[in-house]
Amino acid sequence: MTTLAVLEQRDGTLRKISHEVVTAAQRLGGAVEAVVCATGPVQGADQLGKFGADKVVTLTNPAFARYAPEACAQALAERAKQGGYRTIVFGATATGKDLAPRVAAQLGVGVAEDLTDLAADGGGLVVTRPVYAGKALLKVKVAAQPAVVSLRPNVFTPVERPKAGTAETVAVNVAAGRVTVREIKAAPAGTLDVAEAQIIISGGRGLKEPANFKVLEELARAFGGQAAVGASRAVVDAGWRAHADQVGQTGKTVSPSLYIAVGISGAIQHLAGMRTSKVIVAINKDKDAPIFKVADYGVVGDLFEIVPKLTEEIRKLHG
Amino acid sequence: MKIAVCIKRVPDSETRVKIAADGKSLDAAGVKFVLNPYDEFAVEEALRRKETAGAGEVAVICLGPAAAQETIRTALAMGADRGVLLQADKIPADPFETAKVIAAELNSTSWDLILFGRMAIDDYNTQVGTLVAELLGLPCVTAVSHLDLEGTKGVAEREIEGGIEVVDFPLPAVLTTDKGLNEPRYPALKGIMAAKKKPLEVKPVQPGVGALEVAALTPPPERKEGKIVGEGAGAVGELVRLLREEAKVL
Ligand SMILES: Cc1cc2nc3c(=O)[nH]c(=O)nc-3n(C[C@H](O)[C@H](O)[C@H](O)COP(=O)(O)OP(=O)(O)OC[C@H]3O[C@@H](n4cnc5c(N)ncnc54)[C@H](O)[C@@H]3O)c2cc1C
Ligand SMILES: Nc1ncnc2c1ncn2[C@@H]1O[C@H](COP(=O)(O)O)[C@@H](O)[C@H]1O
Repeated sequence: MTTLAVLEQRDGTLRKISHEVVTAAQRLGGAVEAVVCATGPVQGADQLGKFGADKVVTLTNPAFARYAPEACAQALAERAKQGGYRTIVFGATATGKDLAPRVAAQLGVGVAEDLTDLAADGGGLVVTRPVYAGKALLKVKVAAQPAVVSLRPNVFTPVERPKAGTAETVAVNVAAGRVTVREIKAAPAGTLDVAEAQIIISGGRGLKEPANFKVLEELARAFGGQAAVGASRAVVDAGWRAHADQVGQTGKTVSPSLYIAVGISGAIQHLAGMRTSKVIVAINKDKDAPIFKVADYGVVGDLFEIVPKLTEEIRKLHG
Repeated sequence: MKIAVCIKRVPDSETRVKIAADGKSLDAAGVKFVLNPYDEFAVEEALRRKETAGAGEVAVICLGPAAAQETIRTALAMGADRGVLLQADKIPADPFETAKVIAAELNSTSWDLILFGRMAIDDYNTQVGTLVAELLGLPCVTAVSHLDLEGTKGVAEREIEGGIEVVDFPLPAVLTTDKGLNEPRYPALKGIMAAKKKPLEVKPVQPGVGALEVAALTPPPERKEGKIVGEGAGAVGELVRLLREEAKVL
């Protein structure tokens, strides 16, 4: 019984979600085959044995220089048909959310999407996924053959579980496809995406005006490049921050190890995007703000006094 | 332009979730249902494309219970021309079954553009549009937040981690819409009146059971009782200590 773990790379380097996908795959028992679509060798792929991959397969084609939805889907679906895998695991990243249903449909099944937990159950699989804006958890038995699932990023902490990890490269013959990525407009260098940051400091309407976000940016910098600045919808709609930074139901779903909500009231749609964070800190002047109900630690008061002090303390820690 | 928009009836995001006696579903009593917010972007985009083209048709298609007629009327009030309700008492737990029913309906007409929301805010499946595109063999771009169309060529933008992908695709195509694409209009009174007279066809359907079976719907685990560390800047020292020693995140 082999599980296929679908990795993700950009510009020839493996992305962090790949370790999570392998970690989750090997929880199911049985062998783990990791697969990535690329133009050639992928940096980091040789390290996956450490996380429990028995085999790492690189499917190569010139079309894979950028994400090629149709070509990747075809290559993966063909591989899946040959391999007879019981389960295929994707990451629910922007790319994984696009790719998994394409592959699934070609295999005649749907995707169990955005899982926060999964376990083998007899011949099948039982998975857990947040629904209704995180206000409930749905437990689903997946009888599909194969079971195609995608994982909420940052939930499955990579565990080292060394295996020999053989490597294989296969040139695949697939068409470039009708849908092609012409270019990637990259965010300014040095900005970390909220979906990938281990620490997120999010600001809301309590910041009062766009320029004040520099208070949060300074705090983020104090964490030495591990932190990203997020936003509530209120400030995105007001044009203070980019939609890419929005956390919540109509923004990104995040699960960092530390989420600091500053001047955010904690509306249900905001909570939908961050309630699976490991540790939540709230800074708000209203002691009755709903955000304190989900926060592990709260500080009541004026953010303009509290945040600079916090920045100072964090700087001391990071020397 | 002939445009189809697939829309879903979902509980309003403010809804208090009460779990039904079967332990597997939402207790719908007292729940307010709305047009899925992402589908509002899809309806709006369709209307704008038709308006720009100066001719065409916008049809909305919904799989759901009889009460979903109301959801269709909302889209008609925004300006869509006609609606189709694929009526089933229960929406399948397996999105592939939903996709099959919708694809079968779409297959009977040739469309220039078929629009979906990026995801439904109740089940978060984030895939029905893509599955339908695959079933129909059409090109598909997901989570579109910016769109340019010229003749049969399209360019779309979609947000990815750390940037924006610019994607070329040909029409006809299936697109799923994200926030940022447009500002959906509110139905005006005139639109609401007009919607009452627009055609709404009801077709009973029988979706398959599929391969996903709901085992349980439960409240999310309670987060460990949090604490107010203190008030004002004076509490910061203690906060940092707790984050280091108790939460071990620093
Ligand atoms: C369909 C739908 C989807 C939505 N999607 C999202 C989403 O994805 N993400 C999202 O965030 N929202 C979303 N919303 C909006 C959501 O309902 C709230 O309106 C929004 O989250 C509020 O943003 P806020 O907390 O920044 O502002 P507010 O609710 O105005 O809160 C501001 C907070 O700042 C505090 N404050 C003010 N001054 C200070 C100070 N000096 N120091 C400390 N604290 C201060 C106040 O006490 C208050 O609690 C959605 C809504 C709908 C209907
Ligand atoms: N029952 C349904 N009827 C019509 N359209 C639907 C239905 N379910 C999902 N969709 C469409 O598919 C999109 C994605 O839904 P989902 O994959 O369930 O998150 C929605 O935004 C709708 O456009």
